[in-house]
Amino acid sequence: MENISILSLLTFLPLIGVLFILLIRGDEARVALNSKRVALYITSFNFLLSLFMLLRFDGSSADFQFVESVEWLPALGLQYKMGIDGISLYFVLLSTFLMPICILASWNSIKNRVREYMIAFLVLQTFMIGTFCALDAVLFYIFFEGVLIPMFIIIGVWGGKRRVYSAFKFFLYTLLGSVLMLLALLVLYLEVGSSDMETLMANPVARGMQMWLWLAFFASFAVKMPMWPVHTWLPDAHVEAPTAGSVILAGVLLKMGGYGFLRFSLPMFPEATEFFAPMVFWLSVIAIIYTSLVALVQEDMKKLIAYSSVAHMGFVTLGIFTATTQGIEGGIFQMISHGVISAALFLCVGVVYDRLHTREISRYGGLVKNMPKYATVFMVLMLGSVGLPGTSGFVGEFLALMGAFQVNTVIAVFATTGVVLGAAYMLALYRRVIFGEQKNVDAAAMKDLTKLEYSYFVPLVALVIWLGVQPSVVMDKISPSVEKLIGQYEAGINKSEQTETAEPIMLEVIEEGLNNE
Amino acid sequence: MNSLTFAPLAPIFPELFLAVAGMALLIVGVLRGNQSMRFITQSTMFVFAIALFLLIGQEPSNEAILNDMFVQNSFTYYIKAILIVGVIASLALSKQYLEQELVIRFEYPILVLFAGLGMMLMVSSNDMLGLYMGLELQSLSLYVLATIRRNHVKSAESGMKYFVLGAISSGMLLFGISMIYGFTGSTNFDVIGATLIEEVSLGAVIGFVFVLAGLAFKISAAPFHMWTPDVYEGAPTSVTAFFAIVPKVAAIALIIRLLFIPFAGISEQWFQMIWLLSFLSMIVGAFAGLRQNNIKRLLAYSSIGNIGYALIGIVAGGDAGLASVLVYLTLYMVMTAGVFGIILCMRVEGVSVTSISDLAGLSRNAPWLAYSLAILMFSMSGIPPMAGFFGKFMVFEAAMQSGLYTLGVIGVLSSVVASYYYLRIIKTMFFDDPAPAFDSNIDFSRRLVIGFSVLIVLVFILKPSPLIEVSKGAVESFFS
Repeated sequence: MENISILSLLTFLPLIGVLFILLIRGDEARVALNSKRVALYITSFNFLLSLFMLLRFDGSSADFQFVESVEWLPALGLQYKMGIDGISLYFVLLSTFLMPICILASWNSIKNRVREYMIAFLVLQTFMIGTFCALDAVLFYIFFEGVLIPMFIIIGVWGGKRRVYSAFKFFLYTLLGSVLMLLALLVLYLEVGSSDMETLMANPVARGMQMWLWLAFFASFAVKMPMWPVHTWLPDAHVEAPTAGSVILAGVLLKMGGYGFLRFSLPMFPEATEFFAPMVFWLSVIAIIYTSLVALVQEDMKKLIAYSSVAHMGFVTLGIFTATTQGIEGGIFQMISHGVISAALFLCVGVVYDRLHTREISRYGGLVKNMPKYATVFMVLMLGSVGLPGTSGFVGEFLALMGAFQVNTVIAVFATTGVVLGAAYMLALYRRVIFGEQKNVDAAAMKDLTKLEYSYFVPLVALVIWLGVQPSVVMDKISPSVEKLIGQYEAGINKSEQTETAEPIMLEVIEEGLNNE
Repeated sequence: MNSLTFAPLAPIFPELFLAVAGMALLIVGVLRGNQSMRFITQSTMFVFAIALFLLIGQEPSNEAILNDMFVQNSFTYYIKAILIVGVIASLALSKQYLEQELVIRFEYPILVLFAGLGMMLMVSSNDMLGLYMGLELQSLSLYVLATIRRNHVKSAESGMKYFVLGAISSGMLLFGISMIYGFTGSTNFDVIGATLIEEVSLGAVIGFVFVLAGLAFKISAAPFHMWTPDVYEGAPTSVTAFFAIVPKVAAIALIIRLLFIPFAGISEQWFQMIWLLSFLSMIVGAFAGLRQNNIKRLLAYSSIGNIGYALIGIVAGGDAGLASVLVYLTLYMVMTAGVFGIILCMRVEGVSVTSISDLAGLSRNAPWLAYSLAILMFSMSGIPPMAGFFGKFMVFEAAMQSGLYTLGVIGVLSSVVASYYYLRIIKTMFFDDPAPAFDSNIDFSRRLVIGFSVLIVLVFILKPSPLIEVSKGAVESFFS
């Protein structure tokens, strides 16, 4: 078992799929069909493989598992090192789980350049899984930034009307954050003398240095997350991206920011995290309330869900930076749950968009009459997004808020109002689309979910409910790693307090010595 | 006086061979006229291949020969090797273009040969006069190359511009050399170095400023970059490709040798100047490129920006800094060869086009070409996992190591700005509706160069060590 490098296999299997797709010959229709098939098989197999990995994962251990380490660039001391712990485990699963769904969701809606589309998605999967598995900071950066290439192409080629603008905005925004992180990464690497993430976590740098590095990393992760006020690329990117692009964007790419906070900011810069946490809290609260209000007035379904994503990510950052067990576990759970729910919500929009080619809320109405199954699916997801107890959305939000209450009551009170606002805009969306009069003939004539659509909604809805009823399945495997993370964080802070108290004592000793002379 | 034997001349064999072969080919050309161009082009490539062979056969030593005029150490060895490969690649790229554009002149490959010879000599020179000779041999060949289509207004104009400005810069260089000679009493690198380490005289510093200004012109570092866009645009594309791929590497190598051997004693003074050149080049390269519509002009600005990044490595200094410059330049050369190979393919119904909008919809007309260019563009903007990222990575690592935080931050920010225009090319190819398709007859040698370039850019990530280690070994000669 030790010899099978399952993480590398997971990461690079999609690239083998790309190779297959490149080799397909024949006329256009044939190429399109076979590309879709190859992509579906490969991503499904990858998902099964990741389930196998889940079975093999030792949930009681906080250490990195399935670790692979190969010398890669000895001249600079860089290595190819992969490994996962409880924190990254479910992000990897999320990436493998959503990918076949994306392929299915694009099966009929993507008509031109299918081969390239499938290649872009497979390459994207490689980079996503790599990001969550990398245990070398430079390797992490390569995967993290490599994601931009396929996503830029996906938005730009298969997007809507303003796709060029959105693709550029997405790319340049994220790149701007990332390059600052690259510099910080280099400084960190030179300070500590290693780019191994475990070594970096074990050796926090000096306090003054931490502040600068924290800010640079924050620039990157906050854009990716996205946090207010650097969230403006997200609504644009979501609205213009094809459905599957939005699914991946909301489902996985946003989680890279949160994952980065957990992997880098907290364990590597504990003192800076403690120092900047209040700022992050306020930014999160502003994000929760402000973007919820913005979501209330949206006329575009995708835009509304995009803004709701920003609000939900606000709970994540809030939870993570409380640095309490509940907060961090809540943050992680919220990310996983949001990954499923928002992905499914974008698919819901995709369903009606494919039929009517508009995302305008007012063009729909009364869909419950002609699309009852769709209305049911949408309802479960909407309630999940609102955070109804019994759905996965509740657990994450509740835990994150609980963590916040322990740290700062005012912040927590403000954040809780966001839950109410969340209910307001989601229920309003649901009412306007599903209930009410059937104003438009074409909307009233839409057919209910097809078998294909069913095939990908059923697992999503089941997961939303299952995670809500039995969150411990996920939590049990996360907890040890979170405890370890908090241990590292607190050790980092205590160490600095000790040195602070140690310094005056040293001075006294020296002074005494001088007096004696 | 010693009797003349060939053994001590061994380090200069590749250059001697090139000179003799060049003259022989010239005679062939004169006797047989322009129809011999194809033969001479192929022979020139062959001659360079032999020179590379001769070079590889050598054991680099640090000993100067010919009365301390010429030195062949691990650094010059490495630079010459990549120069030769660059020359061969640019000839391979231009063969078909020359025939299509009816620039059938046998002088073309011979001028390339002598330019290459000049570069090799100047990189290896250990004396200001040797440097000047090599530099002028190179420059004069390049002036003529820029005007090789003399019945073409733009080509003539660009050549004229290049010549006048180039002559001024050479004049400054010579003036600087004479001042340095006056204040240190020698033209030899080692003697100047020893004198300046003992005592820094103001006159020598002023002389150095002139020398550096002259050389900054050759590498087109801002604010001495004015000629670049016009010459890039006006010169025939194959000449532009040659300009972009080869001479800058030689000039940067020369600057490195000057800074770290004769002028090591005034490093405090040159530090600020190179810092400023680097800073300005990155800014100009990033911002001035934003509004360009001609792809050759765009690449001119891109090259200015890239010189700025390479200069960061020089400012950082030390073996890490210099090694990063070599890695950066090597990868840049590989990418540029590929990019120009694709630009040379931009022909619609037998007429070459150079505007960015001509690339529209290339991903549908010629997918392989479009994918290659897209990969190269992502690489140029330094997005991992392409090779270009590693060049930038090394340079910025060296910068951080030397505490050059300002330059590092400016560097990454300008790289974001510059990535806009690289993305614009990708956008044009992939997102826009197709423009008229390009002619599809591309000869084998050009395909080969493009293919190699893209392949290296893609797979460099798998095995980056060899290049990095070789570069580290190459710069050791400065610190032994």
